Amino acid sequence: MSVPENKPSNSLSRREERIRRILQLMALSSVSVLALIIVFVFREGLPLIYNKGFAAFLGGQRWAPTRGSFGIFPMIVGTIEVTLGALLIGVPLSLLVSLYLSEFADRKVRTVMKPLIELLAAVPSVVYGFIGVILLVPLVRNYVGGTGFSVLSASIILGIMILPTIISISLDALRAVPQNYREGSLALGATSWQTAVRVVLPAARSGIITAVILGMGRAMGETMAVIMVAGNAVVVPTSALHPCRTLTSNIAIEMAYASGAHQQALFATGVVLFVMIFCLNISATLFVRRK
Amino acid sequence: MTPETMAGNRSYNRLGIGLSRLMTVMVGAILIGILVFLVIKGYKHLSPGFFLHNPIDLGREGGIFPVLVSTVLLALTSLCIAVPFALTTAVFLTEYTRESWLTTVIRFGAECLAGIPSIIFGLFGFMLFVVAMGMGWSILSGGLTLACMVLPTIIRTSEEAIKAVPGGLRQVGYSLGATKSQVIWHIVLPQARNGILTGIILALGRVLGETACVIFTTGISLEMPTSFFDSARSMSVHFYLLAREGISMDMAYTTALALMGMILCINVAATWLIARKN
Repeated sequence: MSVPENKPSNSLSRREERIRRILQLMALSSVSVLALIIVFVFREGLPLIYNKGFAAFLGGQRWAPTRGSFGIFPMIVGTIEVTLGALLIGVPLSLLVSLYLSEFADRKVRTVMKPLIELLAAVPSVVYGFIGVILLVPLVRNYVGGTGFSVLSASIILGIMILPTIISISLDALRAVPQNYREGSLALGATSWQTAVRVVLPAARSGIITAVILGMGRAMGETMAVIMVAGNAVVVPTSALHPCRTLTSNIAIEMAYASGAHQQALFATGVVLFVMIFCLNISATLFVRRK
Repeated sequence: MTPETMAGNRSYNRLGIGLSRLMTVMVGAILIGILVFLVIKGYKHLSPGFFLHNPIDLGREGGIFPVLVSTVLLALTSLCIAVPFALTTAVFLTEYTRESWLTTVIRFGAECLAGIPSIIFGLFGFMLFVVAMGMGWSILSGGLTLACMVLPTIIRTSEEAIKAVPGGLRQVGYSLGATKSQVIWHIVLPQARNGILTGIILALGRVLGETACVIFTTGISLEMPTSFFDSARSMSVHFYLLAREGISMDMAYTTALALMGMILCINVAATWLIARKN
């Protein structure tokens, strides 16, 4: 009697096990993309870094790929400057906006602003870059100085582009602060602004730091918008009005016609960018986990 | 506390709130400004013919028909590849989580993948699909590359949607004698449908807006693609080339307007889907 009863349930559990296996296989192959990226980008880029010397590649000032000089120091500095500039503009702005939306705005404003901010994230980066060239670059040229194609212009455009990332994550963090923190502060006689800045903001600190790190990653990895407004000259920018070239733009500009060692150098640029972003992401992950 | 400091606090309070409100308005104005700017500059050439005619003289005149078709093909290819993988990964991570080193590796990998800039996906896609696998600059190479790029987006949103399905519903399914896979297929996934769709729509927006990694993997051919192995040009690439190489500013504006219009519609659809669920 027990044999015919067991048979279907056995085949059923075997089927379940098979499904679990298939799902696991699919999940593994999704993640194997990361391994493939590392293999294919590093395999192409690492030999060049090794041949030219680690220090010469990272610290070299001269980028003349057709003549065999591959120094990406100006691009590293450019990337760092543009990223920090973007944070300088984007972070205060996003914090003010998310504080307003979380602490002071009424429901109606919030329901209008949230989709608007999400849409800001969906604007393609080429469109940002284009608008930067048409509107922002002349403004910088006429009112601040230089040619307009500069670290400053790139920082402003990137600062705007990272707004939605930082706002949406820090807004979630601010909303998650328990209501009685606010009540306690207000009961002690603090104004609503003091409560927002000195009680709610510090309480949401870890979420906000995560938001800033993710925004930073986005600014660092952005390509098209930067190409269009940064001027792309291979020099170490010493002023915010100087043009600069980032690691990402270096790859995107020269990939079209590079070959041989030149192409390898672009992959090596990708390796450096990958490592920088990877470190940033790991610090974000560790930060979240510690919390 | 003296009356003076109280008055000071109060004006400080008003200043702070006013400033944050001003910044909020400004951020809203940036987006509306972008849209209005594109409409004003681009509406002149916007007509059914713009979408249905072939480009003439590199896009100085005519329409964007092949570009539109290529964009749709590229988007469909990438989503058709990414969605099955992303969905099964999300189901595996949420429903089959006897936490082991394997799930830790998968989750960590998905997180890292999410942070990788698109230009690196472009390099990777070029090396693997275009060169190593010999697919050349083609819709298939581009679709595969973009699929890799949007995987983490869909995984994350689907994971959240699946996690939000109340546990009680699963227990009802089990109590009726359903197996785990039946519970997932008949109860969990239908419940999480809107969240999953939202993730797919977000991914679609990213695919449509991507430029650099599409140039590396799909190329810039303006011809009408006749197979998945043909090179093609997506709308954002077309826009970039028109504007960057100064081919036609008018056409660039109109292409940008059409692209933004598509993305806007897709986002409105996503918002509507979320709203309908709540």
